Order: sequence, then C-alpha cells, then structure tokens
Amino acid sequence: MIRKATTHVNQNEGLIFERSQPGRIGYCIPSLDVDEVPIESLLDGALLRDDLPGLPEVSEVDVVRHFTRISTWNFAVDYGMYPLGSCTMKYNPKLNERVSRFEGFAASHPYLPDALAQGNLEVLATLEKCLAEITGLPGVSLQPAAGAQGEMTGLMVIRKRLEARGDARRRVLIPDSAHGTNPASAAICGYEVQTLKSNSQGGIDLDNLRTVVDDGAAALMLTNPSTLGMFEENIEEVCRILHAAGGFVYMDGANMNALVGVTRPGDMGVDVLHLNLHKTFSTPHGGGGPGAGPVAVSEELTPYLPYPRIVAESDPSGRTKWKLDYNLPDSIGRVRAYHGNYSVLVRALCYIYALGPEGLREATETAVLNANYIAHHLKSDYEIAFDGKAMHEVIFSDKRQSKFGVHTLDIGKRLIDYGFHPMTIYFPLVVPGAMMIEPTESEGREELDQFIYAMKAIAREAEENPELVKRAPHSTRIGRLDEAAAARKPVLRWKPVRTAAKG
Amino acid sequence: MAYPEELYYTKDHEWLRVEGDEGTIGITEFASDALGDVVYVELPDVGEKFQQGKPFGSVESVKSVNELFIPISGEIVAINSELVDAPELVNNAPYGQGWMIRVKIGSKTEIDALLTSSEYEDFVAEQSE
Repeated sequence: MIRKATTHVNQNEGLIFERSQPGRIGYCIPSLDVDEVPIESLLDGALLRDDLPGLPEVSEVDVVRHFTRISTWNFAVDYGMYPLGSCTMKYNPKLNERVSRFEGFAASHPYLPDALAQGNLEVLATLEKCLAEITGLPGVSLQPAAGAQGEMTGLMVIRKRLEARGDARRRVLIPDSAHGTNPASAAICGYEVQTLKSNSQGGIDLDNLRTVVDDGAAALMLTNPSTLGMFEENIEEVCRILHAAGGFVYMDGANMNALVGVTRPGDMGVDVLHLNLHKTFSTPHGGGGPGAGPVAVSEELTPYLPYPRIVAESDPSGRTKWKLDYNLPDSIGRVRAYHGNYSVLVRALCYIYALGPEGLREATETAVLNANYIAHHLKSDYEIAFDGKAMHEVIFSDKRQSKFGVHTLDIGKRLIDYGFHPMTIYFPLVVPGAMMIEPTESEGREELDQFIYAMKAIAREAEENPELVKRAPHSTRIGRLDEAAAARKPVLRWKPVRTAAKG
Repeated sequence: MAYPEELYYTKDHEWLRVEGDEGTIGITEFASDALGDVVYVELPDVGEKFQQGKPFGSVESVKSVNELFIPISGEIVAINSELVDAPELVNNAPYGQGWMIRVKIGSKTEIDALLTSSEYEDFVAEQSE
C-alpha cells in the first residue's frame, strides 16, 4: 500500500523571497543619539544607487523555519543509504569534522610564515607520504581542488615532460566507458581525443590498442576498475604497450575504493593517478564538498608537479623543519591558490590515521563484498550487465522491466518511496538503461538486505502493476517532475514582481 | 520502429537522405527513442566542413549528452534552426522535421560505407539482443 506523505506544515515551502513582507526585520537598532544627516548632503548623487537589491524582508524566525524545513527535504548519507554508483557516497565520520575544526587547523592563515605553520605543513607532508604509499607513486601534489582538476594537472605534467623530451604529441586515448571529464580534460589540455571501444567483457581490447598506440599518443587515460565496475586485468600489458611507444598511462582514481590497501597503481605501471578524497577518503561529497583531487606521479614525472612543494630540512639540532620550496624550474606552476582545500586534506588524513593500513584494506574488502552481495541477490530479478566480475559497484539494466514499459528512470524514482536514494542511472553510456549501484563499505548487512528487498519488490511491481512504478515517487512532497520541460524551458531564478514605480 | 527505405544509415544511428549533390542528416528513430526526451541539439555553423565519421555536434537528452557523427564528408549548407526552440522535434519526427543538417556532399563513393535500411534494421536487432 502506498501512503501519501503527511500534510505536515513543511509540505509546502515557498522561496525565502516569497516570504518577504515590506518592512519586516529581525533586529532592533537603538535610536540615533546624533542628528540625522541626509546622505545626499554627504555624497554626490551619482554615487548613490536607487535600485537596491530585492533582498527578502523577513524576521529571524522566518529564516530559521524556512531553512530548517527545506533541510528536511534533503537526502543525505547521514539519513540513509546513498547507492549512487561511481560516486562512492560513503559515510563521512564525525571524527574528521571534529579534527578539521581544531583551532590550529581551522584558524591558520595560509600566509603564515613556514616557521609558524610547522604543524600544518607536517599534516600536508604526512598526507602526501600516505597517499604515495597507498598509490605506489612517489610524487604527490595536494593542490588540485577536485577530480577533474587533478586530471588536468596530471595531463599538464605529462605534456610538460613530453615537451622537455622534445617529443610533443597530439593524441590522448580514452576508452568509451570513461567518465566524461576524461575527454574534457584532455581536450582542454590541447590534445585530440581518440576513443577506444571496449571489448565484449567491458575491458580494453589489447589488439586494437596495439594498432592505435604510436609515437603520436601522449597518454592513455583509463579508469581501473573501469566505470563498468570491473578490474582491468590486462593493466600491466596496457602499461607496457604505452611505455614501449614512449607514452604515459594516466589512471583516473575514481574507483580507488576497490583497490586501497589491496593493490597499488604504481606497481601496475601507471604513471599518473588522481585521487578523489571526497570519494575514497571519506571527505564530504556532493553539495557538502568542497572536493580534493590530489595527483600522484612516478619519479620521472615528479619534477613537473605544481609548486610549491613541501620539503623537509634538518635544523642544526637535527630536528625536522618543513618548508615550502618554490625553486622548481620544471614545475608546471601553481594550479590553485595556497595549499589546496586544506580542511578537506585534514579530514582525509584523519580517516587514514583512524583506520590504519589494516583498516583501509578491510574497508576496501567490505566495499567489494557489499557490491557482490547485492549483485548476487538481485541478478535473479534484474539483468546484470557483466556477471561475476563486480568490484565495488555493480551494474544492472532495465532489459527485463522494459517489457512491461517500466524503465530505469521509473525504478530509480520508485526506490525513493522505499527510503533509498536512487542509484546512478543511464551511466555508463555503454550499458543501455544502466542502473549502477555502489553501496560502499559503510552499509551493514541489514541495510543491504532492506535495499535488496526494495529492489525485488520494485521488480515485482514492474510486472504486476507497472503504472505504480511509472508514476513514482508517491511518498514525496512533489511527485514526478517533468525533467524534459525543466531542461527545455528552464526557469533559472526567481524574479521579483515589479509593482511599485521606482523613485 | 521505422527504417525508411530511401535512407542510408550509420552504426552510430545517424541517417542520410541524398538529394542530388546534397544530403540531409538526422538521427534515427531508434536513437531518439534510446536517448529519451531530447532537450538540446548543438549544431555546427553553415560553411563548416567535416570528414566522414567526425563529430559535427551533440544531442542532449534528460539521460545523456551524445556526439553526432557525420555519415558523409561535406560542407554544411543548412542547419535546422527550429531545433533551438523545439528540440522535441527530434523525438516527434526524427526522419522529418527533426532533421539536423544539410551538407554539400564531397564524395558520393563514401555512401558505399553506409548501411542500407535493411542492414541497419538487422544491426539494431543485433544490438538489442
């Protein structure tokens, strides 16, 4: 039975602008104890604006209620399972939040001289060391503020290295299953993108790779595990093919949650990797960001990383002193002001220290186990895209439900009625009607069982009562939105109704 | 699902209608169905030249953004500007009002590389397996 949501007070909430009442304020100012002077007598009229911005006129309680109400409409990982595949929406431990708010971290100014920021620099140096150990790549820059910026930084490092070798190359090879950011980063970096078709197992076709890799290929960008959730078993051979032709291998670390503590990209032959700390290392994601996309590179590429780099020196008494080194002539330069998203970096280090090496490995194993648990229990109800090879995420399609007119979008929407955030839908593009599920290690078995129960119930509904699924969600404040109309005729912002004539 | 006899097709689901030296190009009904509601079509400028198989624009639906690949080399002589305000034409009439570009065909021998209606229909059936 479908229960409509209650008609509780928070079921309808306009914009804060619509709450505005002329003259309403949330403060009291004491009356003037000096003579009032008209502003026109002090300033040239041309300097005075007559078009004051239409800010909402509201009281404090109006503001608090407005934002408290809309905050309850949000779905968050603190509220329930968020199985958005490819995004690694793992829980963000509160310990990270507490530590990042320590005064020494939160109140430090980035322009503090090195001598007064030794602890802050040590945190960065320690995180670099941890990430180098985890990735097997010795050179780490923490500056990039997001995954895509990490990609851009990594490609610029490769380009600089090639130029230094007198070997400018034109093309970057990217498999068709890649995240859209990969070709975008390569194009912005000035490279021509050549798409590689996946083989029937969703991996790289080695024979095809051998024919397209030549001395014009600067790099191959691949995600491992791929966006199909599968480990590229030929990764070492892939690296050998690129290296033999003088090219580099860039690995998108989006799916590192399947590898951390178990295996290392550097050991496979990868030259450059970016990490999404907001995925793999439990820092806030989505609207709660900001992100952080550190890039890790091989020894050959380390001189080209962004400056400044953090270096250790010994003072006369033999104690380590940290300092920022700007004297790096081969560096591509800065990619971001200061030291990256510092408080996010603190959170990531906190996560690494809280778990330790064994804990990180166990998190990875649990993430993979959870995804395979879901794959095992749902493949009788949904068409699985690639059987028996799931890593930390699993992809189904709507092939069986399509027969009843129920599609991936409908299944995702119906999941909301069961209290779950929808999975990633229609990605990766190479699987028609894809539903990509990534539970992460955060979920216990009971939550996974509830999710499986919901998915099985939806599969049954699709067969017996397809209209129920096609009209979902039923339990939310607003039902199915017309996404096509919203994209075709977007209303991007609220506009005031102009009534009063301006003076 | 319609596969008009007189058109040529690509494996990337574009169609080509040849009229004299010119060709009209759009995406197939299968493609427009698979995309879902089309919300934006990005087209090249008149006068631009493209080699067969190269991307000439993109089509965005509520599900995804996909590149459009030109079935035949040529110079753009017209684009369907109606798609700016009415991208839904791609869904409603993929072989008619939803056409995208018209080109002056460079070399007609390139047509040999394209699929006929029945070949394309078989290809789609294979893909749907």
